[in-house]
Amino acid sequence: MPAANRYTATAIALHWLAALLILGAFPLGLYAHELALSPLKLKLLSYHKWLGVTILLLTVARLAWRAMHRPPPMAGSISPWQRRAAHGLHHLLYLVLLAIPLSGWLMSSAKGFPVVYLGLLQLPDLVAKNAGLADIFKEIHEALNAGLLALVGLHVAAALKHHFIDRDDTLYRMSPFGKEIQP
Amino acid sequence: MNKYLLLALATLAFRADAVEFSQVQADKSTLSFGYTQMGVPSDGKFGKFSAAIAFDPAKPAAASAQLEIDLASIDTGSKEGNDEVAGKQWFDVKRFPSAKFVSSSVKPLGGNRFEVAGQLTLKGKTRAVSAPFTIKQQGTVAVFDGSFTLKRLDYAIGEGPWADVGTVANEVQIAFHVVAGAVPAKK
Repeated sequence: MPAANRYTATAIALHWLAALLILGAFPLGLYAHELALSPLKLKLLSYHKWLGVTILLLTVARLAWRAMHRPPPMAGSISPWQRRAAHGLHHLLYLVLLAIPLSGWLMSSAKGFPVVYLGLLQLPDLVAKNAGLADIFKEIHEALNAGLLALVGLHVAAALKHHFIDRDDTLYRMSPFGKEIQP
Repeated sequence: MNKYLLLALATLAFRADAVEFSQVQADKSTLSFGYTQMGVPSDGKFGKFSAAIAFDPAKPAAASAQLEIDLASIDTGSKEGNDEVAGKQWFDVKRFPSAKFVSSSVKPLGGNRFEVAGQLTLKGKTRAVSAPFTIKQQGTVAVFDGSFTLKRLDYAIGEGPWADVGTVANEVQIAFHVVAGAVPAKK
């Protein structure tokens, strides 16, 4: 298989790093939110915010990388509507990966707690403290995450369908293991 | 030097001597605190406290201050936080509803700066504290602004899992802003 039919090593590394961070941040947020106020809750919420800021930075980096590098072509067997659906889904994924950390940051600011990245770097407050606004951002943060869950579900289902049913090279293009799928 | 100038100076001296700031204006006075949790700067305030002070600018060494703070009036910025710190591991407000500060001395630091020392009683524990403060006099009103840092664990504020100072810092900055009106000084 020619190297041109895979994403760049950088794109692949950033993609799976993002997957890993999301896999950490998502359940961490859900769990910490349910905890009663305790040192553990304060710790986990901070870790959640640090992961979120990292995902925000990583998404910006991925978009910059994507703008400078053409992705490998999709398998020729993929129909036009599936291509459009794939592009649409990828756009939405990038959108929520920017919007979710931003809505969390806005919520934290509105609650009156600045975000201090890694406990070291204090980020500017995006809005002044405002309990009503904090509730709105909380709702938005939750709704966006429900959206993320649905989008990731579709993303994974599509990748598996291409790999196991269509037996094309879609998943291989993003695989960190250079395993080739013979048609 | 003519006698009119002498008279004016005497009047000024008399006026400076003649007032004592002791009418605390509770609605204009504030008591706030700051701390960090996970490196995040946070703050809050006590909504209810009573202060009795006596400060004659001409005789600062004779000044005194007593503060009684209603600990249940704490505002940490969230209801969840307020409920938590009222509990046993924090202030235990059922057993210790108030904190008390009683001054023992006031010494001038030069200019309008002074330092008050005294005993702070919190959650049944009494410790010596001192705080530098400034005084700004505006006519018949004086504004006292000062702050100091205490270690919460000295008073067992935040016990059990909360004793972990890696999460909520041990150091708590206390800032007071007391506005007091003047009355003629007692001789």
